[in-house]
Amino acid sequence: MTEKRKISLTVNGESREVDVEPRWLLSDVLRHELGLTGTHVGCEHGVCGCCTVLIDGAPARSCLALAVTIDGSEITTVEGIAEEDGRLHPLQESFQKHHGLQCGFCTPGFLMTAMPFWADAEDMTDDELRKEISGQLCRCTGYSGILASIRGAAAIARERQGER
Amino acid sequence: MKPPRFEYHRPSTRDEVTSLLAEHGDEAKILAGGQSLVPMLNFRLAHPGHLIDINHLEGESTEPEMNDRWVTFDPLVRHVGAERSAIVEEELPLLFEALRYVAHPAIRTRGTIVGSVAHSDPAAEIPAVLTALGGEMVARSARGQRTLHSDDCFVGPLVNGLEQDEWMEVVRFPRRGPGDGFAFEEFSRRSGDYALCGVAAVARPTPGGMSVSLAYLGVGVTPQSVEVSARPMAEYQHPSFLGELEHLVAAELKPYSDIHATGAYKLFLAVRLGTKAARRAVAMGVPG
Repeated sequence: MTEKRKISLTVNGESREVDVEPRWLLSDVLRHELGLTGTHVGCEHGVCGCCTVLIDGAPARSCLALAVTIDGSEITTVEGIAEEDGRLHPLQESFQKHHGLQCGFCTPGFLMTAMPFWADAEDMTDDELRKEISGQLCRCTGYSGILASIRGAAAIARERQGER
Repeated sequence: MKPPRFEYHRPSTRDEVTSLLAEHGDEAKILAGGQSLVPMLNFRLAHPGHLIDINHLEGESTEPEMNDRWVTFDPLVRHVGAERSAIVEEELPLLFEALRYVAHPAIRTRGTIVGSVAHSDPAAEIPAVLTALGGEMVARSARGQRTLHSDDCFVGPLVNGLEQDEWMEVVRFPRRGPGDGFAFEEFSRRSGDYALCGVAAVARPTPGGMSVSLAYLGVGVTPQSVEVSARPMAEYQHPSFLGELEHLVAAELKPYSDIHATGAYKLFLAVRLGTKAARRAVAMGVPG
C-alpha cells in the first residue's frame, strides 16, 4: 500500500527523478527528498501560503499537492529565482531594500506568489496588489513593507538593464 | 498533518475511472484539484482506502465549452481556466463575478469547477451559483449516465447527490438569456475566507417587470433558494423592498449560530446582501 512510485519533476530547471509514496506532499518531497528547504511549511492546509511554489509557472500550494499527482510538471522554488551568478532576483533585492521581511518565514511564499505579476506591480492599485497577495499571511504583519517591496522590484530590474 | 496511507490509482480514461469506482465505490475518493480533499487528508478527516487521481486523464479540455444552451465544464477545468475564459465572462457573468471570491489566486490555479460542485460545501460560492442559475451535473457510473438538476446536486453539508459508484463527469450552467441580470455579494471577515453569508442573484424579465432568484451560501446545510416574485423594476429600488425581503428570507432561512457569528447576525446579513444583489441584478437586466 505504501509502495513507492518513481516520478519525474523538473525542479528549478533541473530534471529530477524521485521515488515517492503516493501520500507524500510536494512540500515534503522538496524539503526532505530534494533538500530544498527554502520552501517553508506553515499551516499545512493551504491557508498561510508559506509553501507556495510555481507549478508549471503558476503559484500553487505545495502542501496541497500530492507529489505523485504533479508527475511530469515543472516546479520553481525560491532557490530557483536568483540569477546564475548568485545575484538576487530583482524581487528579492527589493525585499531587502524595502524591508519586506522581518522574521522571514513567510518570505519564500510571498516571493513565489509575486513572480507572475511583480513586473506590473508599479501600476497596480493598493487594492489590486492586496488582492493578489491575500492568500499569504505574514505573522510579523509587515504588509506595508511587503507591498513596497513588490512595487519596487520593477525599478531595480530597470536599473540593472541600464547597467548592461 | 500528513495524509494517511491509501492505494493510488492513475486512470488515463474516463472509462477507467468508472470501472475503478465500480470496484472500490465506498472506499474511493476522486482527486482532481485537491484544494479541499488534500486539507481533509492532511487533517485525517478523510481516509479513503483508494485515491483515484484524474489529473492524468488524456485529452481532457482545460477550458469551458459552449453549445446553444449550456456552458459546460469538463472535470479538469480549473478555476483559473474559468476565470480567464471569454465564454464565462460573456455568457456566465454570475460565475465570472463569483470566482474572484473563491479562496485565493494560488488555490484557483489548482481547484476545479466540477470538484467544487462535487465537494458540496454549503459555504462555497460555485454551488450557490449553480443553484441560482438552475444548472446541471452529469453523474457517471458503470450503470450509465444520469443528469441531476442543481436542486438534487446538494443533499447536505459536503454530501452530494451521487451514489457511491458514481462520479461527477460534467457540470453545466445555462447561458444567459436575453434581458437577464446577475449579481454576487458576500461578506467575510478576511479576504478569501469562507463567507459568513453570501448570495447569488439572477433577475429574469417578466411581463412588465422582473423576478429574482436568490441562492444563499453559508446559511444552511445546502445552498438555500429564495424566490422574489415578479414585480415592476421600481419596486426593487423602493426602500420598502428591504422589509419585504426580510419577510421572505425569515420564512426560508434558518441560519445556525457558530463560533463566527450568531444565526441572527447571518439573517441580518442575508437581508442586506440579498437586497443589494437583487437591486444590482435587476439594474443590469432589461424588463420584459
